[in-house]
Amino acid sequence: MICKQREARVHLTQIDQGKIKKVDLCEQCAKEKGVDDPTGYALADLLLNLGKPIEATRSTSTVSSCKSCGLTATDFKKSGRLGCPDCYATFKDILAGLLESMHRGTRHTGKRPGAGHPPVVASDQLTLLQQQLAEAIAVENYEEAARIRDRIKALKSADGRVLSA
Amino acid sequence: MKLHEFLPPVSQAVGCVGPNDWVVLSTRVRLARNLRSNLFPDRAKKNDRIRVCSIIRKEVEALPQMAGGFAESMESLSAVEKQTLVERHLISREHAMRGAGSALVLSKDTSLSVMINEEDHLRMQSLKPGMQLQEAWVAIDEVDTALSKTLDFAFSDEFGYLTACPTNVGTGIRVSAMLHLPGLVLAEQINRVIQAANELGLAVRGLYGEGTEALGNLFQVSNQRTLGQTEVEIIERVGKVVNNIIENEKNARGLLLQNNPKMVYNHIGRAYGILANAHSISSKETMNLLSLFRLGFDLGFFPGVQRSFIDELFMVTQPAHLQARFAGKLSAEERDIRRADMLREAFRNVERPSMPSDPTSSLDKT
Ligand SMILES: [Zn+2]
Ligand SMILES: [Zn+2]
Repeated sequence: MICKQREARVHLTQIDQGKIKKVDLCEQCAKEKGVDDPTGYALADLLLNLGKPIEATRSTSTVSSCKSCGLTATDFKKSGRLGCPDCYATFKDILAGLLESMHRGTRHTGKRPGAGHPPVVASDQLTLLQQQLAEAIAVENYEEAARIRDRIKALKSADGRVLSA
Repeated sequence: MKLHEFLPPVSQAVGCVGPNDWVVLSTRVRLARNLRSNLFPDRAKKNDRIRVCSIIRKEVEALPQMAGGFAESMESLSAVEKQTLVERHLISREHAMRGAGSALVLSKDTSLSVMINEEDHLRMQSLKPGMQLQEAWVAIDEVDTALSKTLDFAFSDEFGYLTACPTNVGTGIRVSAMLHLPGLVLAEQINRVIQAANELGLAVRGLYGEGTEALGNLFQVSNQRTLGQTEVEIIERVGKVVNNIIENEKNARGLLLQNNPKMVYNHIGRAYGILANAHSISSKETMNLLSLFRLGFDLGFFPGVQRSFIDELFMVTQPAHLQARFAGKLSAEERDIRRADMLREAFRNVERPSMPSDPTSSLDKT
């Protein structure tokens, strides 16, 4: 609370220099600080922290249909649905751009059948950090970017060892 | 066993409590899986769907988690039964439209639900009351791990779990929370919240998912991206945003009561008046008014009422639940009359709202 006089009604989560700060304000103080619209504000900060999706880069396919299920590239473009698991290999070229625009990466980093949850491997960690770096630069958060760059440097010198992060 | 004999009574289904359930009605984690070397359900021929369905169903029914549960082929369920399952959030609207070659398996307490041959061969969900994303994840993760020992899931090192729609590929995970946000709606801040969530890669939808209206100020928040992040990262991201929205809802209610208590009182008082006295009321109007009644309850205006009473009304006034209660097919007009009868009866013992003279005194309740 800032004035410590009235009851705090506005609770903000701010991201300041890469650190998360909680601020409690009474309504009057919030207005004076120009944050009387708590809804947009706190979430906008979160937004800055998490970054925006990367733009799509679409390429054209050289394959016309899936050997296993017969689905054609045209079918896929029309319905947005694939016909069988093998379609992922068949339409890899078309999918590459699509997946990049839909998701946060194009490589699976989660659970695996039988193996459960994998430890974070250095090369995956590196991809993740490079992505975070691009996002930090995109939103002009240069202090965060510098921090990530240091971690990338440290990781590269560690050279492929399994990290516990 | 028939579905209506198996399903727990509505009062029991909505009676469960969970963290922050004044805003978060339920949380859910759903995983999509497919069998290697088999066409996805929409591409497969009927015979193949039936074959895959029986292979999967056998393994799912054998899980210890499913002991005493319910399993049925979708073609054996009536339209009202299917719609009842949709209203209870146990199957998707899409699964309700399926027939031969698709099936459903529910755990005894209905917290686990496995749809076989929906858009993917397997769609398994864990549903928990209140804000329990972590708990829901642990429960469904165990089911998935157990099934992966007997079923050969389609998986690639690069793309992870392969799904019919590339929007689900990778983890195949959908993490969602059902939120009641009357404060943000009344304060006209809901669109900003939706926009911010969208920009964070989360979808905000109505009560029954994709393309549905936000009836009763109920919103479903879920992740859209499934590839390139671990399950835990996705859950944490959704959790972070949901907690932020809870905070915003709290703020919005506080500001409304401080700045415009009469507007809030008026909405709640009128909602009570109509719910307690109408002789014909649509499902849509009922949901919207019950939402205001629930807000009034949260603010302490209905001291004699339990939250489960309100949540039960939310459920039993919906079309399929209403239809199931009154045997025989009802027309829409008849349903609206029966619904109003039911509400007047339920409200007979609900006292008129008592608004405090100091509007902000009721905020500590939440
Ligand atoms: Zn102040
Ligand atoms: Zn195919």
